[in-house]
Amino acid sequence: MTLQELITKLNLTVITAPRDFKTIAPQGGYASDLLSCVIAGAQPGNVWVTLQAHMNVVAVAALRDVSAVILTENAQPEISVIEKANEQNVILLGTSVPSYQIVGKLWELGIR
Amino acid sequence: MLVANGSKLPDSKIRTMPTYRAELHVHTVLSPCAGVEMIPPVIVQKALAMGINLIAITDHNVTANVGAVMDAAKGTGLTVLPGMELQTREEVHVLCLFDGLEQAEAWQRRVDACFGELQNDVEIFGEQFIVDATGDLIRREPRLLITNVNMSLEEAVDGVSVLGGIVIPAHVERRAYGLLAMLGFAPPIFEALEISSHVTAKDVCQRFPNIRDFPLLQSGDVHYPDGFIGVMEFEMAAPTISEIRKAIHAEGDRKMRIISSN
Repeated sequence: MTLQELITKLNLTVITAPRDFKTIAPQGGYASDLLSCVIAGAQPGNVWVTLQAHMNVVAVAALRDVSAVILTENAQPEISVIEKANEQNVILLGTSVPSYQIVGKLWELGIR
Repeated sequence: MLVANGSKLPDSKIRTMPTYRAELHVHTVLSPCAGVEMIPPVIVQKALAMGINLIAITDHNVTANVGAVMDAAKGTGLTVLPGMELQTREEVHVLCLFDGLEQAEAWQRRVDACFGELQNDVEIFGEQFIVDATGDLIRREPRLLITNVNMSLEEAVDGVSVLGGIVIPAHVERRAYGLLAMLGFAPPIFEALEISSHVTAKDVCQRFPNIRDFPLLQSGDVHYPDGFIGVMEFEMAAPTISEIRKAIHAEGDRKMRIISSN
């Protein structure tokens, strides 16, 4: 499953700069809004699902080298956060759907 | 009776408490998110230039630069309270303020025991400089400071209170690390709450009606030299935690107010 397929199937908004999402294959996922848990628990290549959208989300995503961050429940990052994410090659995707449902759909799509 | 300048007043005169203009949430170069300009002499200079005579130094999870700022402020008329902006297990930021370095250092030892294993990644989070009173580098703090320590809000309040300090949740309305965003309510263990510089007390109370009973403080959460706002005015006998506490609760002629809002 490539990131492009995920974006299409989950109807995700691409918040950061467009990339060739077909070349990125997320490996498993992690869901938490507590950054310290993400630092400790997320693995490189994971999709990270959260409703936090502040600057340190980008820092933690870069630190853990996750393949993408899915911001749920319409969490809207500020422009400065999006700029930082582009700088750090962090992919931010958005959805109005709550984390619980997004995680369920990811699981169904085989991101485990 | 003594007043601010130390002169005696006849008892018949009405007593007035000295007024303190305060900024109780100031970061130094030790906080990775703060500007490298935030060295002790600059902090002291900027505070004084704003007419501020009481500040608290509150770096993330550490107190190591407090002494340097206190030294830099000696003889300037600026009072520096030792403090820390603690990030609790709930991922909530709270200010822990103390009267003296000794209490702050005792608190640091408690917090140190609750630190995780994570090390700072300078590229991602920024530098964490421990400096002397002139701002010269002494060493770098290797631990990641922008993260939780394994301590609950209740443990923080208990521990700080035992040492004579006070805990004030920081920027409570903010989505990132704010008490109301993280918990959804303000537990009654707190005596007062801090709001951010870019909001007004009225707006925050409208958004979060359940905090109406809490006294509110406002601060600049100063990360850069131009971040001082100095909107807190205290009328109290001395710049101490027990007097601040009385001012918060408007006890014995002490008062606290937000004089304007940016």
